[in-house]
Amino acid sequence: MATPATTTTGTVAHGGEAAHGGAFPPFQSETFASQLLWLAITFGVLYYIADKVIVPRLGAILADRASRIGGDLNEAAAMKAKAEEAVAAYEKSLAEARAKSQAIAQEARDAVNAKSDARRKAVEADLSAKLVEAEGKIVAMKTSAMGNVSGIAAEAAATIVTKLTGTAPSQAAVDDAVKSSIEG
Amino acid sequence: MASPIEQFEIKPLIKLGSIGKSEIAFTNSALFMVIAVALIVLLFVYGTRSRSLIPGRIQALAEMGYEFVANTVKDSAGHDGMKFLPLVFSLFMFVLFCNLVGLVPGAFTVTSHLIVTAALAALVIFTVIIYGIYKHGAHFFGLFVPKGVHPAMLIILVPIEVISFVSRPISLSVRLFANMLAGHIALKIFAGFIATLLFAGGWAVLSPLPLALTVALTALEFLVAVLQAYVFAVLTCIYLHDALHPGH
Repeated sequence: MATPATTTTGTVAHGGEAAHGGAFPPFQSETFASQLLWLAITFGVLYYIADKVIVPRLGAILADRASRIGGDLNEAAAMKAKAEEAVAAYEKSLAEARAKSQAIAQEARDAVNAKSDARRKAVEADLSAKLVEAEGKIVAMKTSAMGNVSGIAAEAAATIVTKLTGTAPSQAAVDDAVKSSIEG
Repeated sequence: MASPIEQFEIKPLIKLGSIGKSEIAFTNSALFMVIAVALIVLLFVYGTRSRSLIPGRIQALAEMGYEFVANTVKDSAGHDGMKFLPLVFSLFMFVLFCNLVGLVPGAFTVTSHLIVTAALAALVIFTVIIYGIYKHGAHFFGLFVPKGVHPAMLIILVPIEVISFVSRPISLSVRLFANMLAGHIALKIFAGFIATLLFAGGWAVLSPLPLALTVALTALEFLVAVLQAYVFAVLTCIYLHDALHPGH
Protein backbone atom coordinates (compact mmCIF):
# COMPACT_ATOMS: atom_id res chain seq x y z
CA MET A 1 0.00 0.00 0.00
CA ALA A 2 1.55 3.22 -1.11
CA THR A 3 0.94 5.89 1.48
CA PRO A 4 1.64 9.57 1.10
CA ALA A 5 4.49 10.77 3.28
CA THR A 6 2.36 13.54 4.76
CA THR A 7 -0.10 11.08 6.24
CA THR A 8 2.72 9.06 7.76
CA THR A 9 4.30 11.97 9.55
CA GLY A 10 0.91 13.18 10.73
CA THR A 11 0.10 9.80 12.26
CA VAL A 12 3.48 9.44 13.87
CA ALA A 13 3.10 12.81 15.51
CA HIS A 14 -0.36 11.86 16.67
CA GLY A 15 0.79 8.47 17.99
CA GLY A 16 3.61 10.10 19.94
CA GLU A 17 1.16 12.49 21.55
CA ALA A 18 -1.05 9.59 22.59
CA ALA A 19 1.84 7.76 24.20
CA HIS A 20 2.80 10.67 26.38
CA GLY A 21 -0.24 11.53 28.43
CA GLY A 22 -2.62 11.62 25.45
CA ALA A 23 -6.01 9.95 25.33
CA PHE A 24 -6.30 6.53 26.91
CA PRO A 25 -5.79 4.16 23.90
CA PRO A 26 -9.08 2.21 24.28
CA PHE A 27 -10.97 5.51 24.14
CA GLN A 28 -9.25 6.98 21.08
CA SER A 29 -12.25 7.11 18.81
CA GLU A 30 -10.21 7.66 15.63
CA THR A 31 -8.99 4.03 15.88
CA PHE A 32 -12.50 2.61 16.14
CA ALA A 33 -13.28 2.53 12.43
CA SER A 34 -10.28 0.44 11.52
CA GLN A 35 -10.69 -1.87 14.55
CA LEU A 36 -14.33 -2.46 13.63
CA LEU A 37 -13.41 -3.06 9.99
CA TRP A 38 -10.80 -5.69 10.83
CA LEU A 39 -13.00 -7.23 13.51
CA ALA A 40 -15.79 -7.57 10.94
CA ILE A 41 -13.41 -9.12 8.40
CA THR A 42 -11.64 -11.54 10.77
CA PHE A 43 -14.74 -12.49 12.76
CA GLY A 44 -16.74 -12.82 9.54
CA VAL A 45 -14.15 -15.20 8.11
CA LEU A 46 -14.05 -17.15 11.38
CA TYR A 47 -17.85 -17.40 11.49
CA TYR A 48 -17.98 -18.52 7.87
CA ILE A 49 -15.35 -21.23 8.45
CA ALA A 50 -16.98 -22.30 11.74
CA ASP A 51 -20.39 -22.53 10.05
CA LYS A 52 -19.25 -24.25 6.86
CA VAL A 53 -16.32 -26.40 7.96
CA ILE A 54 -15.56 -26.67 11.68
CA VAL A 55 -19.00 -27.32 13.19
CA PRO A 56 -20.24 -29.73 10.47
CA ARG A 57 -16.93 -31.59 10.37
CA LEU A 58 -16.51 -32.01 14.13
CA GLY A 59 -20.20 -32.81 14.48
CA ALA A 60 -19.82 -35.51 11.83
CA ILE A 61 -16.65 -36.92 13.43
CA LEU A 62 -18.33 -37.16 16.84
CA ALA A 63 -21.59 -38.53 15.40
CA ASP A 64 -19.64 -41.13 13.40
CA ARG A 65 -17.78 -42.21 16.49
CA ALA A 66 -20.95 -42.33 18.58
CA SER A 67 -22.75 -44.45 15.96
CA ARG A 68 -19.71 -46.70 15.54
CA ILE A 69 -19.46 -47.20 19.29
CA GLY A 70 -23.22 -47.74 19.50
CA GLY A 71 -23.05 -50.31 16.68
CA ASP A 72 -20.13 -52.10 18.28
CA LEU A 73 -21.92 -52.18 21.63
CA ASN A 74 -25.06 -53.59 20.00
CA GLU A 75 -22.99 -56.23 18.24
CA ALA A 76 -21.27 -57.11 21.50
CA ALA A 77 -24.64 -57.34 23.26
CA ALA A 78 -25.97 -59.65 20.51
CA MET A 79 -22.89 -61.85 20.78
CA LYS A 80 -23.21 -61.95 24.53
CA ALA A 81 -26.85 -63.01 24.22
CA LYS A 82 -25.78 -65.75 21.80
CA ALA A 83 -23.08 -66.96 24.14
CA GLU A 84 -25.52 -66.98 27.04
CA GLU A 85 -27.96 -68.98 24.93
CA ALA A 86 -25.25 -71.51 24.16
CA VAL A 87 -24.35 -71.74 27.84
CA ALA A 88 -28.00 -72.28 28.75
CA ALA A 89 -28.36 -75.01 26.10
CA TYR A 90 -25.19 -76.70 27.31
CA GLU A 91 -26.32 -76.57 30.92
CA LYS A 92 -29.70 -77.96 29.96
CA SER A 93 -28.20 -80.90 28.11
CA LEU A 94 -25.77 -81.43 30.98
CA ALA A 95 -28.67 -81.51 33.47
CA GLU A 96 -30.56 -83.90 31.23
CA ALA A 97 -27.59 -86.22 30.98
CA ARG A 98 -27.08 -86.09 34.71
CA ALA A 99 -30.74 -86.91 35.36
CA LYS A 100 -30.57 -89.80 32.91
CA SER A 101 -27.43 -91.23 34.45
CA GLN A 102 -28.94 -90.90 37.91
CA ALA A 103 -32.06 -92.73 36.76
CA ILE A 104 -29.98 -95.53 35.30
CA ALA A 105 -27.89 -95.79 38.44
CA GLN A 106 -31.01 -95.81 40.61
CA GLU A 107 -32.54 -98.56 38.50
CA ALA A 108 -29.45 -100.69 38.75
CA ARG A 109 -29.23 -100.08 42.49
CA ASP A 110 -32.90 -101.01 42.94
CA ALA A 111 -32.46 -104.21 40.95
CA VAL A 112 -29.44 -105.22 42.96
CA ASN A 113 -31.19 -104.38 46.24
CA ALA A 114 -34.27 -106.39 45.29
CA LYS A 115 -32.14 -109.38 44.35
CA SER A 116 -30.10 -109.32 47.51
CA ASP A 117 -33.21 -108.75 49.63
CA ALA A 118 -34.85 -111.81 48.14
CA ARG A 119 -31.77 -113.87 48.77
CA ARG A 120 -31.41 -112.62 52.30
CA LYS A 121 -35.05 -113.38 53.03
CA ALA A 122 -34.69 -116.93 51.69
CA VAL A 123 -31.58 -117.52 53.74
CA GLU A 124 -33.19 -116.03 56.82
CA ALA A 125 -36.30 -118.19 56.39
CA ASP A 126 -34.13 -121.25 56.02
CA LEU A 127 -32.09 -120.34 59.06
CA SER A 128 -35.10 -119.66 61.27
CA ALA A 129 -36.65 -122.98 60.24
CA LYS A 130 -33.45 -124.74 61.23
CA LEU A 131 -33.36 -122.78 64.45
CA VAL A 132 -36.90 -123.79 65.37
CA GLU A 133 -36.06 -127.41 64.61
CA ALA A 134 -32.91 -127.25 66.69
CA GLU A 135 -34.75 -125.61 69.57
CA GLY A 136 -37.38 -128.38 69.46
CA LYS A 137 -34.59 -130.96 69.59
CA ILE A 138 -32.96 -129.19 72.50
CA VAL A 139 -36.26 -129.06 74.44
CA ALA A 140 -36.84 -132.81 73.79
CA MET A 141 -33.34 -133.69 74.79
CA LYS A 142 -33.59 -131.50 77.92
CA THR A 143 -36.86 -133.14 78.92
CA SER A 144 -35.49 -136.66 78.44
CA ALA A 145 -32.28 -135.72 80.22
CA MET A 146 -34.30 -134.33 83.16
CA GLY A 147 -36.26 -137.58 83.33
CA ASN A 148 -33.04 -139.55 83.41
CA VAL A 149 -31.64 -137.24 86.09
CA SER A 150 -34.60 -137.80 88.49
CA GLY A 151 -34.39 -141.60 87.94
CA ILE A 152 -30.65 -141.62 88.69
CA ALA A 153 -31.16 -139.32 91.68
CA ALA A 154 -33.92 -141.51 93.13
CA GLU A 155 -31.80 -144.57 92.67
CA ALA A 156 -28.76 -142.89 94.23
CA ALA A 157 -30.86 -141.48 97.07
CA ALA A 158 -32.41 -144.90 97.79
CA THR A 159 -28.94 -146.49 97.80
CA ILE A 160 -27.52 -143.76 100.10
CA VAL A 161 -30.52 -144.05 102.50
CA THR A 162 -30.16 -147.91 102.51
CA LYS A 163 -26.45 -147.68 103.21
CA LEU A 164 -26.91 -145.13 106.00
CA THR A 165 -30.00 -146.48 107.70
CA GLY A 166 -29.87 -150.15 106.67
CA THR A 167 -33.52 -150.01 105.65
CA ALA A 168 -34.66 -149.43 102.10
CA PRO A 169 -37.06 -146.46 101.80
CA SER A 170 -40.28 -146.78 99.93
CA GLN A 171 -40.21 -145.94 96.23
CA ALA A 172 -42.90 -143.27 96.62
CA ALA A 173 -41.09 -141.43 99.48
CA VAL A 174 -37.82 -141.32 97.46
CA ASP A 175 -39.61 -140.01 94.34
CA ASP A 176 -41.36 -137.27 96.39
CA ALA A 177 -38.11 -136.19 98.00
CA VAL A 178 -36.20 -136.08 94.68
CA LYS A 179 -39.05 -134.22 92.99
CA SER A 180 -39.25 -131.57 95.69
CA SER A 181 -35.49 -131.05 95.73
CA ILE A 182 -35.29 -130.69 91.91
CA GLU A 183 -38.24 -128.32 91.81
CA GLY A 184 -37.21 -126.41 94.93
CA MET B 1 9.80 2.53 32.98
CA ALA B 2 7.36 2.53 30.07
CA SER B 3 3.83 3.61 30.73
CA PRO B 4 1.58 0.64 31.63
CA ILE B 5 -0.98 1.75 29.06
CA GLU B 6 1.50 1.91 26.20
CA GLN B 7 0.75 -1.76 25.45
CA PHE B 8 -2.82 -0.85 24.49
CA GLU B 9 -1.82 1.62 21.81
CA ILE B 10 -3.06 0.98 18.32
CA LYS B 11 -0.20 1.31 15.85
CA PRO B 12 -0.90 1.26 12.14
CA LEU B 13 1.28 -1.22 10.27
CA ILE B 14 -0.06 -0.65 6.76
CA LYS B 15 -2.09 2.47 6.05
CA LEU B 16 -4.99 2.08 3.68
CA GLY B 17 -6.51 5.56 3.69
CA SER B 18 -8.95 7.40 5.88
CA ILE B 19 -12.64 8.16 6.28
CA GLY B 20 -13.01 11.67 7.68
CA LYS B 21 -10.93 11.83 10.86
CA SER B 22 -10.70 8.04 11.17
CA GLU B 23 -7.76 6.36 9.63
CA ILE B 24 -8.26 2.98 8.00
CA ALA B 25 -5.15 0.87 8.41
CA PHE B 26 -3.94 -2.62 9.03
CA THR B 27 -2.96 -2.15 12.67
CA ASN B 28 -1.28 -4.25 15.34
CA SER B 29 -4.79 -4.97 16.62
CA ALA B 30 -5.82 -6.24 13.18
CA LEU B 31 -2.65 -8.34 13.01
CA PHE B 32 -3.49 -10.10 16.26
CA MET B 33 -7.10 -10.65 15.17
CA VAL B 34 -5.70 -12.36 12.07
CA ILE B 35 -3.26 -14.39 14.21
CA ALA B 36 -6.08 -15.51 16.54
CA VAL B 37 -8.32 -16.56 13.64
CA ALA B 38 -5.39 -18.28 11.92
CA LEU B 39 -4.62 -20.28 15.08
CA ILE B 40 -8.29 -21.27 15.44
CA VAL B 41 -8.43 -22.40 11.80
CA LEU B 42 -5.13 -24.23 12.21
CA LEU B 43 -6.40 -26.13 15.25
CA PHE B 44 -9.94 -26.86 14.10
CA VAL B 45 -9.56 -27.26 10.34
CA TYR B 46 -6.00 -28.43 9.80
CA GLY B 47 -6.00 -30.42 13.08
CA THR B 48 -9.08 -32.41 12.08
CA ARG B 49 -8.23 -32.92 8.39
CA SER B 50 -7.83 -36.70 8.79
CA ARG B 51 -11.24 -37.07 10.49
CA SER B 52 -9.83 -40.09 12.35
CA LEU B 53 -12.10 -42.40 14.24
CA ILE B 54 -9.40 -42.57 16.89
CA PRO B 55 -8.21 -38.97 17.26
CA GLY B 56 -4.61 -37.85 17.52
CA ARG B 57 -3.54 -35.24 20.03
CA ILE B 58 -4.48 -32.18 17.98
CA GLN B 59 -7.78 -33.66 16.87
CA ALA B 60 -8.59 -34.67 20.46
CA LEU B 61 -7.94 -31.07 21.53
CA ALA B 62 -10.17 -29.74 18.74
CA GLU B 63 -12.91 -32.22 19.65
CA MET B 64 -12.67 -31.25 23.31
CA GLY B 65 -13.06 -27.57 22.42
CA TYR B 66 -15.98 -28.29 20.13
CA GLU B 67 -17.73 -30.55 22.63
CA PHE B 68 -17.19 -28.02 25.42
CA VAL B 69 -18.91 -25.27 23.43
CA ALA B 70 -21.60 -27.65 22.15
CA ASN B 71 -22.42 -28.79 25.70
CA THR B 72 -22.49 -25.20 26.94
CA VAL B 73 -24.96 -24.29 24.20
CA LYS B 74 -27.07 -27.39 24.85
CA ASP B 75 -27.18 -26.80 28.61
CA SER B 76 -27.82 -23.05 28.52
CA ALA B 77 -29.84 -22.49 25.34
CA GLY B 78 -31.52 -25.87 24.94
CA HIS B 79 -31.54 -28.27 21.99
CA ASP B 80 -33.06 -25.80 19.55
CA GLY B 81 -30.23 -23.42 20.47
CA MET B 82 -27.84 -25.69 18.58
CA LYS B 83 -28.47 -23.70 15.38
CA PHE B 84 -26.52 -20.91 17.09
CA LEU B 85 -23.58 -23.21 17.74
CA PRO B 86 -21.42 -21.70 14.94
CA LEU B 87 -22.00 -18.21 16.40
CA VAL B 88 -21.27 -19.19 20.00
CA PHE B 89 -18.32 -21.32 18.89
CA SER B 90 -16.86 -18.39 16.89
CA LEU B 91 -17.40 -15.97 19.77
CA PHE B 92 -15.90 -18.26 22.41
CA MET B 93 -12.89 -19.24 20.33
CA PHE B 94 -12.26 -15.70 19.09
CA VAL B 95 -12.35 -14.24 22.61
CA LEU B 96 -10.38 -17.17 24.07
CA PHE B 97 -7.62 -17.01 21.46
CA CYS B 98 -7.41 -13.21 21.54
CA ASN B 99 -7.10 -13.37 25.35
CA LEU B 100 -4.49 -16.14 25.32
CA VAL B 101 -2.42 -14.71 22.45
CA GLY B 102 -2.51 -11.37 24.30
CA LEU B 103 -0.71 -13.01 27.24
CA VAL B 104 2.38 -13.64 25.14
CA PRO B 105 4.87 -10.95 26.18
CA GLY B 106 4.95 -8.15 23.63
CA ALA B 107 1.70 -9.26 22.03
CA PHE B 108 -1.32 -7.00 21.62
CA THR B 109 -4.57 -7.93 23.38
CA VAL B 110 -7.44 -7.37 20.96
CA THR B 111 -10.08 -7.79 23.69
CA SER B 112 -8.55 -5.01 25.82
CA HIS B 113 -10.32 -2.49 23.59
CA LEU B 114 -13.88 -1.62 24.51
CA ILE B 115 -14.87 -1.05 20.89
CA VAL B 116 -14.07 -4.69 20.04
CA THR B 117 -15.90 -6.21 23.02
CA ALA B 118 -18.80 -3.80 22.48
CA ALA B 119 -19.06 -4.84 18.85
CA LEU B 120 -19.13 -8.52 19.85
CA ALA B 121 -21.75 -7.82 22.55
CA ALA B 122 -23.80 -5.82 20.04
CA LEU B 123 -23.62 -8.74 17.63
CA VAL B 124 -25.02 -11.02 20.36
CA ILE B 125 -27.79 -8.67 21.43
CA PHE B 126 -28.88 -7.82 17.86
CA THR B 127 -28.94 -11.53 17.05
CA VAL B 128 -31.19 -12.05 20.09
CA ILE B 129 -33.53 -9.17 19.19
CA ILE B 130 -33.75 -9.89 15.45
CA TYR B 131 -34.16 -13.64 15.87
CA GLY B 132 -36.62 -13.16 18.75
CA ILE B 133 -38.86 -10.84 16.74
CA TYR B 134 -38.53 -12.95 13.58
CA LYS B 135 -39.48 -16.12 15.45
CA HIS B 136 -42.07 -14.87 17.93
CA GLY B 137 -43.20 -11.48 16.55
CA ALA B 138 -44.70 -9.19 19.16
CA HIS B 139 -44.76 -12.14 21.54
CA PHE B 140 -41.00 -11.61 21.97
CA PHE B 141 -41.74 -8.51 24.04
CA GLY B 142 -43.43 -10.80 26.57
CA LEU B 143 -39.83 -11.10 27.80
CA PHE B 144 -40.35 -7.77 29.57
CA VAL B 145 -43.63 -8.81 31.23
CA PRO B 146 -43.12 -11.25 34.12
CA LYS B 147 -45.91 -13.82 34.42
CA GLY B 148 -48.18 -14.29 37.43
CA VAL B 149 -47.67 -10.75 38.72
CA HIS B 150 -50.43 -8.32 39.69
CA PRO B 151 -51.03 -5.87 36.77
CA ALA B 152 -50.36 -2.90 39.05
CA MET B 153 -46.87 -4.24 39.74
CA LEU B 154 -46.11 -4.28 36.02
CA ILE B 155 -45.79 -0.49 36.03
CA ILE B 156 -42.64 -0.97 38.11
CA LEU B 157 -41.48 -4.36 36.84
CA VAL B 158 -41.59 -3.69 33.08
CA PRO B 159 -39.13 -0.77 33.24
CA ILE B 160 -36.87 -2.90 35.47
CA GLU B 161 -36.95 -5.74 32.94
CA VAL B 162 -36.26 -3.30 30.09
CA ILE B 163 -33.32 -1.79 31.95
CA SER B 164 -31.94 -5.23 32.75
CA PHE B 165 -32.20 -6.20 29.08
CA VAL B 166 -30.53 -3.00 27.88
CA SER B 167 -27.73 -3.33 30.42
CA ARG B 168 -26.84 -6.80 29.15
CA PRO B 169 -24.68 -5.74 26.19
CA ILE B 170 -23.04 -3.11 28.38
CA SER B 171 -22.13 -5.57 31.13
CA LEU B 172 -21.13 -8.21 28.57
CA SER B 173 -18.67 -5.90 26.83
CA VAL B 174 -17.37 -3.97 29.85
CA ARG B 175 -16.74 -7.16 31.86
CA LEU B 176 -14.43 -8.62 29.22
CA PHE B 177 -12.75 -5.31 28.40
CA ALA B 178 -12.15 -4.35 32.03
CA ASN B 179 -10.80 -7.76 33.00
CA MET B 180 -8.31 -7.81 30.15
CA LEU B 181 -7.27 -4.18 30.61
CA ALA B 182 -6.86 -4.39 34.39
CA GLY B 183 -4.99 -7.69 34.23
CA HIS B 184 -2.49 -6.43 31.70
CA ILE B 185 -1.96 -3.15 33.53
CA ALA B 186 -1.35 -5.01 36.81
CA LEU B 187 1.11 -7.36 35.11
CA LYS B 188 2.97 -4.47 33.53
CA ILE B 189 3.16 -2.49 36.77
CA PHE B 190 4.46 -5.38 38.86
CA ALA B 191 6.92 -6.37 36.13
CA GLY B 192 8.05 -2.73 36.09
CA PHE B 193 8.70 -2.85 39.85
CA ILE B 194 11.27 -5.60 39.26
CA ALA B 195 13.35 -3.33 37.03
CA THR B 196 12.88 -0.32 39.31
CA LEU B 197 14.01 -2.26 42.39
CA LEU B 198 17.00 -3.82 40.60
CA PHE B 199 18.40 -0.35 39.92
CA ALA B 200 17.59 1.02 43.40
CA GLY B 201 20.83 0.02 45.14
CA GLY B 202 20.28 -2.02 48.32
CA TRP B 203 16.56 -2.31 47.59
CA ALA B 204 17.52 -4.74 44.82
CA VAL B 205 17.30 -7.61 47.36
CA LEU B 206 13.53 -7.05 47.37
CA SER B 207 13.21 -7.47 43.61
CA PRO B 208 12.27 -11.21 43.81
CA LEU B 209 9.02 -10.17 45.52
CA PRO B 210 7.43 -8.46 42.51
CA LEU B 211 8.93 -11.20 40.34
CA ALA B 212 7.06 -13.87 42.33
CA LEU B 213 3.95 -11.72 42.19
CA THR B 214 4.29 -11.35 38.42
CA VAL B 215 4.56 -15.12 38.02
CA ALA B 216 1.47 -15.61 40.19
CA LEU B 217 -0.40 -12.89 38.30
CA THR B 218 0.48 -14.51 34.99
CA ALA B 219 -1.13 -17.74 36.18
CA LEU B 220 -4.15 -15.77 37.35
CA GLU B 221 -4.36 -14.00 33.98
CA PHE B 222 -4.44 -17.36 32.19
CA LEU B 223 -7.39 -18.31 34.37
CA VAL B 224 -9.08 -14.98 33.69
CA ALA B 225 -8.45 -15.30 29.93
CA VAL B 226 -10.21 -18.67 29.79
CA LEU B 227 -12.87 -17.78 32.33
CA GLN B 228 -13.88 -14.54 30.59
CA ALA B 229 -14.19 -16.31 27.26
CA TYR B 230 -16.38 -18.92 28.97
CA VAL B 231 -18.48 -16.26 30.72
CA PHE B 232 -18.97 -14.47 27.41
CA ALA B 233 -20.10 -17.70 25.73
CA VAL B 234 -22.40 -18.76 28.57
CA LEU B 235 -24.09 -15.35 28.79
CA THR B 236 -24.52 -15.40 25.01
CA CYS B 237 -26.24 -18.79 25.35
CA ILE B 238 -28.50 -17.52 28.14
CA TYR B 239 -29.53 -14.48 26.08
CA LEU B 240 -30.14 -16.70 23.07
CA HIS B 241 -32.32 -18.88 25.28
CA ASP B 242 -34.49 -15.79 25.83
CA ALA B 243 -34.77 -15.29 22.08
CA LEU B 244 -35.81 -18.93 21.64
CA HIS B 245 -38.22 -19.08 24.59
CA PRO B 246 -39.36 -15.57 25.48
CA GLY B 247 -42.19 -16.96 27.62
CA HIS B 248 -39.89 -17.99 30.47
